[in-house]
Amino acid sequence: MLDKILFLLCLASALADERCMPDTPHGFQVRLSIKTALGDEAYVWNENEMFLFRASLAFAMRNHMNGQQFEVSNIIVCNETMRVSFWFIVTSPLDTSQLIDQENVEAAIRQSRNRINSAFLLTDKTLEFVDILPTLATLYTHPTPPWLIVFGVVMGAVGAGIIIMLVSSVVQKKRKTNGKPQDKDDDEETRVKTVENGDAHDGVHNMSFSEDERFTKM
Amino acid sequence: KSGVVIAGWLMEERPKWDNKAQYLLTCIGFAVGLGNVWRFPYLCQIYGGGAFLIPYLIALVFEGLPLLYLELAIGQRLRLGSVGVWNSISPLLGGLGIASSIVSLLVSLFYNTILAWVLWYFFHSFQNPLPWSSCPLNVNRYNVECEKSTPVDYFWYRETLNITDDIEISGSLQWWMVLCLVSAWFIVYICAIKGIDSIGKAVYVTSTFPYLVLTIFLIYALTLPGATDGLVYLFTPEWSTLLNPQVWLDAATQIFFSLSVAFGGLIAFSSYNTERNNCERDAVLVGVINSATSLYASIPVFSILGFKANNAFLSCINENILALTNEFEMPDQNITVDNYDHWVNYLNQTYPDQFSKVPLNDGCDRQKFLDESVSGTGLAFIAFTEAVIAMPGSQVWAILFFVMLFSLGLSSMFGNMEGVLTPIRDLKVLPKWLPDEIFTAIVFILCCAVALIFALGSGNYWVEVFNSYVGSVPLLIIALFELIGVIYIRGMKTFSDDIYFMTGRRPNIFWKACWMVISPLLLLVVFIFYVAVQARKHPTYPAWNPDYVDFPKTETKSYPDWVFAIIVLLCSVPVIPIPLVAIYRLIRRIMRRSSHHADSNPYNNYAFEG
Repeated sequence: MLDKILFLLCLASALADERCMPDTPHGFQVRLSIKTALGDEAYVWNENEMFLFRASLAFAMRNHMNGQQFEVSNIIVCNETMRVSFWFIVTSPLDTSQLIDQENVEAAIRQSRNRINSAFLLTDKTLEFVDILPTLATLYTHPTPPWLIVFGVVMGAVGAGIIIMLVSSVVQKKRKTNGKPQDKDDDEETRVKTVENGDAHDGVHNMSFSEDERFTKM
Repeated sequence: KSGVVIAGWLMEERPKWDNKAQYLLTCIGFAVGLGNVWRFPYLCQIYGGGAFLIPYLIALVFEGLPLLYLELAIGQRLRLGSVGVWNSISPLLGGLGIASSIVSLLVSLFYNTILAWVLWYFFHSFQNPLPWSSCPLNVNRYNVECEKSTPVDYFWYRETLNITDDIEISGSLQWWMVLCLVSAWFIVYICAIKGIDSIGKAVYVTSTFPYLVLTIFLIYALTLPGATDGLVYLFTPEWSTLLNPQVWLDAATQIFFSLSVAFGGLIAFSSYNTERNNCERDAVLVGVINSATSLYASIPVFSILGFKANNAFLSCINENILALTNEFEMPDQNITVDNYDHWVNYLNQTYPDQFSKVPLNDGCDRQKFLDESVSGTGLAFIAFTEAVIAMPGSQVWAILFFVMLFSLGLSSMFGNMEGVLTPIRDLKVLPKWLPDEIFTAIVFILCCAVALIFALGSGNYWVEVFNSYVGSVPLLIIALFELIGVIYIRGMKTFSDDIYFMTGRRPNIFWKACWMVISPLLLLVVFIFYVAVQARKHPTYPAWNPDYVDFPKTETKSYPDWVFAIIVLLCSVPVIPIPLVAIYRLIRRIMRRSSHHADSNPYNNYAFEG
């Protein structure tokens, strides 16, 4: 019972800290958009969640400023709204009257941003630290551009196809010229191909007037 | 010369289609091209949706189908490429075939460049995330050009084209574009290597695959949120647009260019047919399928554009909602898209001072986003790629889309190249020892070399120049002369006899009326209006200039004089052969007649002279 009263008093004193106020030069504003991020699975924002937030911030501060043992009580929160937005300031664990400056807090948050986000199942956009820009993830740069690989595969196939077709047509022509001399003599005068009416071939040439030396010149 | 000798006469074997399906698929593939996907939906959008179908269908029936029937019939009857056909009808008309070939050649050059761009995007669709979804990160500063415009714009203008800001600044050859260009030419080559033997087999895939992909997109796009908005917007007819003559003009020009007549490719394809083939049914089939494809393609296109507009609207509204929620410290998600207007009114009335401080975007209007109309490369490479990022499984949709575009363009390229190759083969100017494949390769290498212009920094501007001026006025002139040539010089009677010989019945009164009066009249009117509209203002082009004041809007620049001279050349060089050849043949005929009177040699048989 006594512990509870003590805890509430501490909380109350923490909340009643006058150094924490909107537009404080030592702290930041935080905005959470839980419903936007999680939709139906959104959790309700209550004191426990606030406790988790302060704990994760203390964790971030510990990570950044090595050696200093930040506690939950060092994170002071105020002006909580229904939006779920609030301001916070960070006091030094060695001397609660001293506030940690903005640069250090910002650096700490930047460093552990991912961990803080994950604790709340939120993202850089839905867990917004006003005036702290998120660092963008570096895009993966491929050693060989993938498009060159696809290009190589496609052009390799096409090139191989062209070569195959050219070679096959050359081979076919050779086979034709080899097989031709035998039956050429039979074809010239004796072969009669039935030409159906209308199914004519094109380019009818009167061989009598051609320059071909197979026929006697006029 | 190959063939069979009968009683001293050498009958040459003309290549034949393996079956009717190949021929029809090739013609359909030639007619159905990129324009069906990215030009027709745009025209529907800007000309009052469903109302545009009326001038479009009228133009199809009275202008498109007669021209199509005429070309298929004359090619099938005379069984020669475009140069040979017009030489046969009258030696004075020989220039018409040369004009068709030149136009086909010039169009091939820039059309394949578009295919190269499609290939580039296709190659880049195999990455996660897609490269056009985010700006490239630099070490120190962010990319100004990308941040000011969008990642999609940046990828198209900078990483693909590396475009210069003026057509006069040529820039250098972009090696990656050269690679893609050479690839595109290689792919067309392997399909056209054996003439219609290989083309006929390639079209089984290239002509049918687009329909498969369009159907897949149709089904998927209809499930996307915002698709119905796009469709309603597209098809809601605005009858007042029918009073605007520009609409009728655009409908007539669209049908004309969409059917790919006057290129000589259709004549070439039908010349490989058997003589007894019902070309009337073929023409109607090809024409109707072409228009039906345009309509069919506009449904998924507009569903996707509606989806994109919906996304843009939602992100705009959500920005405003966030601003309001933050300012008034209200619980998250109290203001939603549905009750946004209600909340805005309430807050404005209750806390006017605080409300006026909130930076709200006033342009969050669904209609405004739908009104952003795009056509051509803007539709494919900017609008669609942006929509694809928002779809789950982006890579699959991107790959499907770009393969579809490539198939559409490839089957059109076959027609363009055959319009060039068939006449040269028929002219028999090639040495006997040169195999057909090598001749085709030489032509392709030459075309590829010239097309390297389009791989320069200013290449996109040149493609626009070629697209607007080569593929327009010369074709109208050629088509007009084709009609006159067949109907008036060859004669309606002879042509009717041809058709009776081929199909077994004479053309009915509708065809005759169209050929003799309606179609030439329509073409003449379209031609005159087209030239009048073009000549009214000094032509301008939209330039992508990062230093422009209103960037990312494109800067409208006017063409410099030397480019204007080239434009005039592009319009006139294809059509000059028509009068030139006519004059040349006329002069020769007059000289021959005069020399005939002077020296009548009884052994000179004039029947066998050119």
